[in-house]
Amino acid sequence: MDSNHYDGALPGLGARAEVRAGESVPSTVKILISGGFGVGKTTLVGAISEIRPLRTEEPMSDRSVGVDDTRGVRAKTTTTVAMDFGRISFPSGLVLYLFGTPGQERFWFMWDELAIGAIGAVVLADTRRVADCFASIDYFEHNGIPFIVAVNCFDGAQRFEPDDIRIALCLGPEVPIVLCDARERDSVKQVLVSLVRYVMSGNRRRNQISMA
Amino acid sequence: MVRPYAVTKGRTLPSGGASFGLIDVVVATSERQPQYLRLGPEHRRILNLCRRPTPIVDLTSEIDLPLGVVRVLLGDLTSEGMVQVLSTQKQPMTDERLLRMVLDGLESL
Repeated sequence: MDSNHYDGALPGLGARAEVRAGESVPSTVKILISGGFGVGKTTLVGAISEIRPLRTEEPMSDRSVGVDDTRGVRAKTTTTVAMDFGRISFPSGLVLYLFGTPGQERFWFMWDELAIGAIGAVVLADTRRVADCFASIDYFEHNGIPFIVAVNCFDGAQRFEPDDIRIALCLGPEVPIVLCDARERDSVKQVLVSLVRYVMSGNRRRNQISMA
Repeated sequence: MVRPYAVTKGRTLPSGGASFGLIDVVVATSERQPQYLRLGPEHRRILNLCRRPTPIVDLTSEIDLPLGVVRVLLGDLTSEGMVQVLSTQKQPMTDERLLRMVLDGLESL
């Protein structure tokens, strides 16, 4: 059992702690699932996890002001995003959340929220519409969030070699590109495993550089 | 049916500058009586739901209020000491032990 167990003496909680002895506090982590509209993000999340709804009604940020035309709509200061997320609970007490990034540009503020503390991101790509995932790749590169590209191989979609995709997406040689079927649990599992391995190897590289 | 921020009396940010990450875990303390706050039904629902340590994203999904609203209400409750944030998401997520747990968990699915 690798989860955190509290003996009732939580830091700062003192005698008021209501976390009972031996009760576990879940360790939580998240991975972002990104890519163009209709590429299969929700399918991918649903293939491996329990999907739950999430409503957000957020104050509009500077980024969305100017995109959301509020002229004539006095005092509209919030914008609504309905999204869902996936949850995988492991026996160790760890809970992994999968968040699909909202598609439209006016929801950029939500991306920042989702990206904080994320392990990394999967950019789901459709080779028929490669340009649809440019925005995602730009965002993760710009914000230093590790990502891999997963090419969703739809029925009938023309297969491309990963090297061709790498050139089309201007990806560096270190970014993994994997082929997947977003409907298949095992395939999605392999995608997530690839991402976590890539993040771990990136950490080790950075540690070696800083020790040198 | 009321407009989302009606239950927060129009407030869109938590009091005291508190921040609540999506996957932060919160828990109700045994503090029963607020000093300054008049508890609304939504406050009580949150207190009920987080009697066990609960990630904020699950709490929000369960209570079916928008995330921003839940954050304001959580801010009220934490400033009264009725709710405690147990863990916060770190940036960047590079905890090797946690990553290993994720990898092991995924591989054993």
